[in-house]
Amino acid sequence: MRPRTSPAESTEVSPRPALDQSATTPQPLLSATNLSVRFGPVQALSGVSFELRAGEVQALLGENGAGKSTLIKCLTGLVPPTGGEIRVSGSRITPNSPHEAEALGIATVYQEVGLIPHLSIAENVCLGREPVRRSWPRFIDWGAVRARARAVLTRLGLPDLDVDRALSACSVAVQQMVAIARALDVNARVLILDEPTSSLDREECNRLLNILRQLRDQGLGIVFISHFLDQVEAIADRVTILRDGQLVGTFDAPTLPRARLISLMVGREFDATPCSKLDESRDASLHSTPVLSAKGLGRAGGLESVDLEISSGESVGLAGLLGSGRTETARLLFGADTPTRGEICVKGQPARFSSPRDAIARGIAFTPENRKTEGLNLSLSVLENIVLTLQAKRGLFSRLSRVEQNRVAAEFVSSLGIKTPDVHTPISRLSGGNQQKALLARWLATNPDVLILDEPTRGIDIAAKADVLREIERMRARGMSVVFISSELEEVVRVCTRVVVMRDRRSVAELRGNQVTEDAVLRAVAEHHG
Amino acid sequence: MVELLSSRLRTLRSLAWPLVAIGLLLAFNAIFTPGFFALEVRDGRIYGVLIDILNHGSRTALVALGMTIVIATGGVDLSVGAVAAIAGAVTASLTVSMHAPWPVAIAAALASGLVCGLWNGIFVAVFRLQPIVATLVLMVAGRGVAQLITDGSIITFQSAQITSIGNGSLLGLPVPVSLLAIIAVCLGLSLRRTSLGLFIESVGDNDAAARLAGISDRAVKMLVYMVCGLLASMAGVIECSYIKAADANNAGNLLELDAILAVVIGGTALKGGRFALAGTIVGALMMQTLTKTLYMQNISADIAPAFKAAAVILVCLLQSPVFQRRLQSLRGGRAAP
Repeated sequence: MRPRTSPAESTEVSPRPALDQSATTPQPLLSATNLSVRFGPVQALSGVSFELRAGEVQALLGENGAGKSTLIKCLTGLVPPTGGEIRVSGSRITPNSPHEAEALGIATVYQEVGLIPHLSIAENVCLGREPVRRSWPRFIDWGAVRARARAVLTRLGLPDLDVDRALSACSVAVQQMVAIARALDVNARVLILDEPTSSLDREECNRLLNILRQLRDQGLGIVFISHFLDQVEAIADRVTILRDGQLVGTFDAPTLPRARLISLMVGREFDATPCSKLDESRDASLHSTPVLSAKGLGRAGGLESVDLEISSGESVGLAGLLGSGRTETARLLFGADTPTRGEICVKGQPARFSSPRDAIARGIAFTPENRKTEGLNLSLSVLENIVLTLQAKRGLFSRLSRVEQNRVAAEFVSSLGIKTPDVHTPISRLSGGNQQKALLARWLATNPDVLILDEPTRGIDIAAKADVLREIERMRARGMSVVFISSELEEVVRVCTRVVVMRDRRSVAELRGNQVTEDAVLRAVAEHHG
Repeated sequence: MVELLSSRLRTLRSLAWPLVAIGLLLAFNAIFTPGFFALEVRDGRIYGVLIDILNHGSRTALVALGMTIVIATGGVDLSVGAVAAIAGAVTASLTVSMHAPWPVAIAAALASGLVCGLWNGIFVAVFRLQPIVATLVLMVAGRGVAQLITDGSIITFQSAQITSIGNGSLLGLPVPVSLLAIIAVCLGLSLRRTSLGLFIESVGDNDAAARLAGISDRAVKMLVYMVCGLLASMAGVIECSYIKAADANNAGNLLELDAILAVVIGGTALKGGRFALAGTIVGALMMQTLTKTLYMQNISADIAPAFKAAAVILVCLLQSPVFQRRLQSLRGGRAAP
C-alpha cells in the first residue's frame, strides 16, 4: 500500500463546502455513546462513541477484529450492546432486529450480500415489504413491486436492468447494487455499507462511489467500511478508526495523511516498503518447459479461449475486469470445472482433470475467491482445515497421526503468523485475514508445484495482506509457480513478473518484465475495449 | 483408543443432558420400580431389566450409528425401516422356501442392505437428488419389495442358528448387545483411525469446499449410505431372528424416526458436519430407558409416545445454545435483585 494520489482522485477529495459551518455542532443524525459489547470473556467493543451527520460519508476503519462489524451490528440491532446508548436525531433507540433498525431509518448492506439468489431483482428489492393491491383481494401488487424496484434502481443509475431477472443470474456487482437498492427502498436516513466494493472492478467501483456522493448530497448519512484506502480517500468526509474494540478517534479525512491513517489503524509504524521486485532478467525461465500450460482453453458458456504458460518460480498475474474470465480460467486449470475446448499440459504432458483430485495429484493448488463458501470448512477446527488436503492427497488409510497433524498445523500457524488461541479453535472464530492464511497453509502443506490464488487478499486487513503477499513471494523464490488473480492492480503488479490480460472471457495480451506496471495493464485492458 | 477418547471428550458437553436424562430415569426407577436394578446370572448369561433395555435399544442404536454418518454428510436416510424389513424377508424366505444354510441367508440379507444403500447413494451422490426425496422413494417402495419377497404373508421359520442371533448370548450379554458393542468400536475405529471421519465432517460442513480440497464427496456419500444400509439390514436380521418370523409390514416400523431422534439427542446436528457416535448410542439408550420406564409404570403403549415426545423436546431444548443463553440470563436476572 504505497501512498498514491492519482490526479482524478485528488480532485475528488478536495475540500467540499464545509459541512459544519455552524460550529455549535448540529444535532447528529446518528450517535452512539460509550457503546460496549461483551461476548462471553471477549470485550468486542469498549466504550466506543461515534457520530454521523446528515449529508456526510464517514469511513469506519480498522484491522480485522477492531470491532467494526460489532459496532455495525449494534447499530442495526443484530447484537444488543451491553453498555452505552444509541440515538437517532436525538432520540434514544434500542433496535432489537435489523427490521426495527430499518423502520428507524438505518439500512445496512452487509459484506456477504444478504439477498435471496433464486428470487428476481424486484422481489429482492421489496422482500418483506411488498406492496399489496389497494382493493380486495389484497394480494401482492406485482406491478408495483416492479415499479418500485425500477424506480430505486434508476436512482442508482441502473434504469435498464431487467428487474424480473433472477438475482443469481446477475454479476456480483449488480447483486451489490440490488442490495443497496433494497436498503434505499426503506427511505433510509442512514446507510451502512460493509465492504461494498470488495467484489467490484474499478469501473463499477467508481460508479458506486459516484452514487454514494449523490446520496450524500441528498442528505443521507453514510457509513462506509472498506479496506481500500484509495476509495476511503476518494469519498470519505470523516474517518473513524477503531482498534482492538476501542475508539482511536474521528478525523477529518482531507487532513489525514495516509501514512498516519495506516499507523493509527495498525497501532504501529507501518512498513510501507513494497516486497522486493525481481529483475526483468527472469524471463530466462521461459526457455524451460512450462510447469503448467494451457492452449485455447475454454468451456462452453464460461470461457472462450485462454493461452497461458507458467514456468517454475514464476508468478503470473491474471488481470482484467470482473467477469473477464479470470476465475473461470483458474477453475478450469484446477479441474473444478471441465474444459470443453483446448488442452492443459503439466510439465509438458497433456492432462485431463475430471475433478480437483486429479489436479491436486499433479501438484496444482487452488484457493477460491470466496473463502467462506468454497474454501473453508467453517465448522471444523484450524488444524483440520490445514491438514484436510494433505490428508485427502495421502488417501483414506494413511492418516496422519495426531502428533504429525499438530506438527504440520503448528508449523504453518507460526510461519504464516496465524492468530488463533490454539489449533483446535473452530476456524469460523478467526478473522478474515487469519482464515485466508489458514487456507493458504492448507495448500502449502501439500507442497504444490503450482499455486493458483483467486483474490487471496479480498476483504482482509492490511497487515494480513502484507503477510500473504510476502508468503507468496517466499514460495515463488523457492521455485513454486504462482498464478495470481486480484482486482487490486497494485498487488498484481507488485507480485507478478508476467501479467496475462483478459477481456470478454479470453486472454488478449501479455505483459512481461518491465512492461508490468499498473498503467500498462490498465492500458491493455482499455486498449482492447475499443 | 486415545483418539476415540479425545473425540468423545469433545462431545462430552453435548452428551451431558442425555446422560442426565438417563440418570434421572434410573433414579426414578430406583425409587418407584422394585427390582429395576436386579441382575441375575443364569447359564453364563446376565438377565435383568437393565439388560433388557440394552437388548431392545441395540437395534435402534445400530441403525442410528449408520444414520449418524449419513446425517453428518448433510443427508438423511428415511429408508432404514424398509431396508430392515427387506433384510428380514430375505433371511426368512431363503431359510424357509429355499432351505438355504444360515450363513447364506444372513449374507444375502446383509447384501440386500448394501444394495439398498448403493441405490440411495447413487441417487444422492451421482444424481444429486435431495437425500430426503431419494430415500423416501425406497422407504415407500422397500416395503413393497419386502412384501413381494414374503409373498404378502408373515413367514415363520425354525433355525436354531438364526434365532440365536436375536435370543442367544455372546460374552455373557444378549447377542444384539455384544454385536452393537463390537460394531460401534469397529465403526469408531474406522472413522477416527482413518481419515474417513474427517472427510465425512468436511463434506457435511461444506461439500463444495470439500471437493475443492480434493475430497471425492461422491465417494464419501456413497460409502455412508452403503454403511447405513448394511447396519439397517443387520437390525432387520436381528429383529426377524428375535420374533422368529419376517413381517414385511411391521418390521422396522418407524425405525427411521427413532434412529433420527437418537442421532439428534446425541448431539449431531441435522445440517451436517460434526458427528458424535457415542452421543448417538447414549441417545438410543435414553429413548429405550424411557420406553421401559413407561412400560413398567403400566402406562399404555398408546399414550407412551406423548411422554417420549416431551422428553425429546426437553433434551433438545437443553442442548440448544439459544435456550441455554435464555436460561442463563433468567438465572442472572433472578440473582440480581
